[in-house]
Amino acid sequence: MSSYVPSTKDEKQQMLEAVGVKSYDELFADVPSEVFLKERLDLPVPLSELEVSRMMEAMAARNKVYGTILRGAGSYNHYIPSAVKDITSKEEFVTAYTPYQAEISQGILQSIFEYQTMICELTGMDVSNASVYDGAEAAAEAVAMTKERKRVKAFISATANPEYIATVKTYCFASDTELTVVPEKDGKTDLEAVKQLMGDDAACLYVQSPNFYGIFEDVEAIAEAVHAVGAKLIMGCNPIALGIMKTPRELGADIAVGEGQPLGMSMSFGGPYLGFMATTNALTRKLPGRIVGETVDARGDRAFVLTLQAREQHIRREKASSNICSNEALCALTAGVYMTVMGPKGLAQAANLCLSKAHYFASQLSAIDGVELKYSGEFFHEFVTEMPVASDKIVAALDAANILAGLPLEDGSILWCVTEMCTKEELDKAVEIIKEVCC
Amino acid sequence: MELIFERSRAGRGNQVLPECDVPEYKLGGDMLRAEAPKLPEISEGDLSRHYAALARRCHGVCSGFYPLGSCTMKYNPKLNEKIAALPGWNNIHPLQPDETVQGCLEALTIAEKFLCEIFGFDGLSFQPAAGAHGEFTGLLLIKAYHHARGDFKRTKMIIPDAAHGTNPASATMCGFTTVTIPSNEYGMVDIEKLKEAVGDDTAGLMLTNPNTVGLFDRNILEITKIVHEAGGLCYYDGANLNAVMGVVRPGDMGFDVMHSNLHKTFSTPHGGGGPGSGPVACKDFLLPYLPTSVLGGSGNRPDSVGQVKAFFGNFNVVIKALTYILSLGAEGIREAAENAVLNANYMKTLLAPYYDMAYDSICMHEFVMTLEGLKKETGVTAIDVAKALLDEGIHPPTMYFPLIVHEALMIEPTETESKETMDEAAQVFIEIAKRARENAEDLHSAPHTTPIGRPDETRAARTPVVRYSFDA
Repeated sequence: MSSYVPSTKDEKQQMLEAVGVKSYDELFADVPSEVFLKERLDLPVPLSELEVSRMMEAMAARNKVYGTILRGAGSYNHYIPSAVKDITSKEEFVTAYTPYQAEISQGILQSIFEYQTMICELTGMDVSNASVYDGAEAAAEAVAMTKERKRVKAFISATANPEYIATVKTYCFASDTELTVVPEKDGKTDLEAVKQLMGDDAACLYVQSPNFYGIFEDVEAIAEAVHAVGAKLIMGCNPIALGIMKTPRELGADIAVGEGQPLGMSMSFGGPYLGFMATTNALTRKLPGRIVGETVDARGDRAFVLTLQAREQHIRREKASSNICSNEALCALTAGVYMTVMGPKGLAQAANLCLSKAHYFASQLSAIDGVELKYSGEFFHEFVTEMPVASDKIVAALDAANILAGLPLEDGSILWCVTEMCTKEELDKAVEIIKEVCC
Repeated sequence: MELIFERSRAGRGNQVLPECDVPEYKLGGDMLRAEAPKLPEISEGDLSRHYAALARRCHGVCSGFYPLGSCTMKYNPKLNEKIAALPGWNNIHPLQPDETVQGCLEALTIAEKFLCEIFGFDGLSFQPAAGAHGEFTGLLLIKAYHHARGDFKRTKMIIPDAAHGTNPASATMCGFTTVTIPSNEYGMVDIEKLKEAVGDDTAGLMLTNPNTVGLFDRNILEITKIVHEAGGLCYYDGANLNAVMGVVRPGDMGFDVMHSNLHKTFSTPHGGGGPGSGPVACKDFLLPYLPTSVLGGSGNRPDSVGQVKAFFGNFNVVIKALTYILSLGAEGIREAAENAVLNANYMKTLLAPYYDMAYDSICMHEFVMTLEGLKKETGVTAIDVAKALLDEGIHPPTMYFPLIVHEALMIEPTETESKETMDEAAQVFIEIAKRARENAEDLHSAPHTTPIGRPDETRAARTPVVRYSFDA
């Protein structure tokens, strides 16, 4: 049987005897007889490795893997260097538990310390945690960090990813926090609304830049308005864009969060991904999750440990800054390896390729009669177009050519995303197909 | 060991991406960062050596015995990794049209069906990314349920003092006040104290069964009945499900909602602290409150608590769990639980003559020793024994948990360990107990052979250094 139990029948018998019971059932004597399962579970019979392999491969084959992907909206198709998967598949990294025993976990601890440093470098912040679940949950955890006794209201821009807004809403429902969605104007956060809505009971504003529509927000002006009422600015960022863009710190953010998936993680139908969180020294002790720190060991040598644990659930229980325990350590390692392979030049190159290709595609699309960029703001690698025909026609035509179209939005427009994965040839082909549908 | 930044040399790097084949687009200079991030500049060969060295400084499940109580460090089958790595899963965008992701949807549907059968529940959400995330989500279902009935006074969550720290932390995040009830002398819920604690302000009870001292609470049906009669709901913390899957189901014990840690029970690996997966399952009357995905359009649920992360959860982890369940089948699921319990009892039997057990009765998948006596006699503490184990290539048991047992060491061998592995490990434990009486000093200074000695944790917390400083 394939339950990975090594014990033979004889060994099981020897162990039962050593314990002093006659049967397995006797081990479960405390289970009330009314609920002790007498029937086998309604599950299939055990299968051999080859059978399972065939079945799962057939299932995976029922998905369509597109040759060209022009969709983002929170999940991005980037190139993953070969070294990334190889290194992150090492058995020690894959199977270890949270590094509680520092003496035999220096590899994981050091990799997280290196990751924290890289996230600080990207964001310009002083301190990063070891990761949370994803970008949406990172946004929600950041909101929770900013609540104070007299600052109880949270704000989020309508231009944030809808999945993130929904997640922050849920966390605010949980903690009985009032959440206001700040309206948008021409695809950007309405700065005047920020000034009107936020008062001295405001805890924070979450703004994403580039936002859901791909557009860069006027973060500096927003930061000024938010700080004017004494609240904190949380900025959601794209880590690839941070290879070239001004850091959240330079723009005035107090907390920088984001989705780390573009840093070497597959799209994998939505997960696992990586929530990164970084902040200033002033807010360090409010940061949720694991943090790795450097110290020395009994021999005086450099050593790394989980630190500042007085924030955490296993010490503080109901008074903890968050309940998080397992986070996304292997994804943080992945991001660290990705940034190491790419280096500062490689990351900047990835960002510039995204930027240039997205603008090329946008200009080619806009040249088609009836296709127009919906917003005027400067964008990174995503943008929205108004289409002269129903978006499902465009999606279908591109699908037939093995191209995943941009995401159709409710108002009939389409949110496109172009990364370094798309060649000029592929983009030109997509434009040709769209032109045919439109004309 | 050197940090990756200390191996960096300006001008080194790797040619990963091609030249730009479209006209280059430039942003305004005021939008750009003045200085590039100080990421490492290092060739692929050197960075590969760096990470190989880091991997050698870790202890994985294949590095040696890993009896870390409450964490279920069972073997992680290679097949699961192979299947999860298929491009047919990994190159799929979460917002592809439904007709192009039939394989993904089928996998999730089958995994839900199998897990619900194992749990005894009616439906679930895969959105929670870990156990604590599942607790948070599950408690929100309870909150939404009470609110939907117009009952806003149920603000108290009853949690035994032996519970995992995540339980009270999750309750707080959901706006509940924690009411801690003490365990009785047998490590189980004190029925009288529970009766005193429940009332018309009780939102629910959070319970692990088998509990955190490794015992199955035989009063479970009475416990859940008491909470229900008071109008509360019962939450099952599935952290210890490995002991009882296929033997008894949380849904049958009277629980209304639960999470399962797929990275424990269903052998998707722990990744050094994630990614996990913590699906939340519930009875039919709570189904309307399960999470949704706004962009993913996962059904029309107007009463949903909303979503707790983007998209559909840690999908790739669910694929590993599904592969595992298909391999085990109905018989293997029960066999795994039975042997997890047998192995724990066997090891307990081997150690009982040499170490004090917190509770004498038959245990489930794990057992707790108390080293209070040993400490009084020799000065050797639980942490000393744990550190001495490191020198023998064994990952120590969970230390100082649960809090109700002093000088606790919690051992969970899991079903995938052979008799001889446990025999050898027991000999190591016994040898350490002897050394405690002969040469306590040697144990206070352990470990001696690991990559580092005991780290100065106080210094780390008092003067935090949480990133590399390039100026130093």
